[in-house]
Amino acid sequence: MHFDFTDDQREIRRTARELLAARSGFERVRAVAERDDGAYDEALWRELVELGWAGIALPEAVGGQGLGVLELAILLEELGYAVTPSPIFSNAAAGLLIDAAGSDAQREALLPGIASGEQTATVALARDGVAELVPDGDSARWIVLVEEGRAIVCDALAGGLEIAPRATIDPTRRYARVAVGPGALSLELERDVAAGLDRAEVALAAELCGLAERALVLTVAYVKERRQFGTPVGAFQAVSHRAAEMLLETEGARSATWFAAWAADAEPASLARGASLAKAAASDAGRHVTAAAIQLHGGIGFTWEADVHWLYKRAQVDAALLVPAARHRARVARLAVAAAAAPAAAGAAVA
Amino acid sequence: MDLTFSPQATAFRDELRAWIDTHHPGAAPEGEEASFAWRVAWQRALAADGWAAVHWPPEHGGRGATLVESAIFNEELARARVPQPANVLGLLLGGPTLMVHGSEEQKERFLSPIVTAEEIWCQGFSEPDAGSDLAALKTRAVKVDGGWRVTGQKVWTSYAHHAKWCMLVARSEPDSARHKGLTYFLMDMEQAEVVVRPLRQITGSAEFNELFLEEAWIPDENVVGGVGNGWRVALTTLMNERAGLAFGLQVALRALLDELTEVAAARGLLASESVAERLGDLHVRCELLRLTAYRGLTATMKYGQPGPEGSLTKWMWSDTNQRVSELAVELLGPGALATDSRWSFELLRARGNSIEGGTTEILKNIVAERVLGLPRLR
Repeated sequence: MHFDFTDDQREIRRTARELLAARSGFERVRAVAERDDGAYDEALWRELVELGWAGIALPEAVGGQGLGVLELAILLEELGYAVTPSPIFSNAAAGLLIDAAGSDAQREALLPGIASGEQTATVALARDGVAELVPDGDSARWIVLVEEGRAIVCDALAGGLEIAPRATIDPTRRYARVAVGPGALSLELERDVAAGLDRAEVALAAELCGLAERALVLTVAYVKERRQFGTPVGAFQAVSHRAAEMLLETEGARSATWFAAWAADAEPASLARGASLAKAAASDAGRHVTAAAIQLHGGIGFTWEADVHWLYKRAQVDAALLVPAARHRARVARLAVAAAAAPAAAGAAVA
Repeated sequence: MDLTFSPQATAFRDELRAWIDTHHPGAAPEGEEASFAWRVAWQRALAADGWAAVHWPPEHGGRGATLVESAIFNEELARARVPQPANVLGLLLGGPTLMVHGSEEQKERFLSPIVTAEEIWCQGFSEPDAGSDLAALKTRAVKVDGGWRVTGQKVWTSYAHHAKWCMLVARSEPDSARHKGLTYFLMDMEQAEVVVRPLRQITGSAEFNELFLEEAWIPDENVVGGVGNGWRVALTTLMNERAGLAFGLQVALRALLDELTEVAAARGLLASESVAERLGDLHVRCELLRLTAYRGLTATMKYGQPGPEGSLTKWMWSDTNQRVSELAVELLGPGALATDSRWSFELLRARGNSIEGGTTEILKNIVAERVLGLPRLR
């Protein structure tokens, strides 16, 4: 039992933290967010692709790095920490889903472009063939739509799709509304869609953890500096206790997300529960902690000038993507009932 | 990261499970006296086969269990719904404190009867005016020939009416300030100068006591860690308090939640999305607690001692335990508040969770100051 990162995993985190601090600081995030077309920094994207990040968790056979969901989660936590405007998340989430749910032929056809970043993909839930908000839906080559347990992959170049860019409260990422028209070309993924979707949820949870962590770090630094009544406001318990609650939620969400990512790689039988724990906890943490960050920054936190709002906005949208937290909670309860009915597990893992 | 247990830890769990299966003491008898005697018998059974003090080194009657094995021990006890050994304070707090700060003579004299439950221990720290602010304690120890005379009042003393020895912190330098001038003693409870009065709680039962000390006698050889060094010795005890019970508590919490989930499922309540969501929310909280506790264990193995993060899991535990009984009452209706329902007791008992062993407010202070590095207001 070792519930911590290996040296290699720590190295991934360190590399990502340093690179993103240098190349995706808040001034760069702001520059993208304030552009009318919301276009990402092309040079940064090329750099991330050259580092192999686009296909970090995809098999080497399709051009990926052959690392695990856990390594991807570490990376996405850092991308969340930096609120980096980039299609890495949407492409990785769709890649995980296709890798788990696609047939061999489908994987061979789709994954190499996703791993190399040359033909990116994205994923969203749809109802009656319409997905209201698809991250990077206007730039992805492949759009995976999940509806009632089925997943179809649509080719954005083949026509028949209505793709309309859609501005949201989160200007740090591009979104589109996607509707499948009568002439659209699509293929249905043939294997385990649920397991694929769970992996995508873990990726999303990881980004939410990073957003929460950054919100906490900014807030702690601010309340140590900001003085009122002749003392740093962080000395007041009304403030320090709320900061402690931010830590509690952030660390709880990270525990669940790392567990789920580990389960995706090493213990698939625990993935369903793990993914639901992760998404439920990270959605709450992401929304609550970034909201608390605005509150504890006081008036300045409500200004466009301060940077905490980027975190709050991204977290709001992340929490709303894929399956909502409430359904994950209900699923955890029903899994517990099912587990109680099954013979006692051997207790072979922390899971 | 590897969340599987080692073959050794798994073997430990299997052996313990098999042992509990054949030695299960059954349900607790009615009445406080009978129930305590039953727990003493249970501890003797554990001790006879080397299971009473698994985390102690072999030379003192333990198994030298690793931290993971100790966690497994507490999990398995809770899973099998068997009680903690009767002398839990001696095993978790007193013994480990003596192993760090005690003299060879003290270890020789005191450790073995802790394991066999021949001598039960209690803890005399809190006072009416020194609760969260322990350093404000006033009980005074006056030096006399060959020992000390101690006068004062202690409160929230579990097991005092069964105990032979009390881990007592008292002010040994008159008018000393706060953390200074304190000494850690082992006080014999069997003397007329120590009066124990049960303290009735909001549940109606009396798990705790008040202690009234009127020139109680403590010989010099029962000073632990040196005169004036009481604060440091007491911190060792307190650190063990928060670390030791965590795994048992979270499994007991999970068992309680499973029971509620079973009842709710049997009544068909899980067909409702909102009920499933609210129960699921508690399952999520339980799992976050368990996973965070294991993360903390990994950190403890790395750094050699539990960090202030342990405050997070105690806080998560008390918060979630309170939510479980509240939701039970809400889902199961007014019958859950009748005293023949276990939920009525759980509801009331849970109010103490966020007070005992460090109030949630103090835990938030610890997290804010020692984990986040925020300034403190003084």
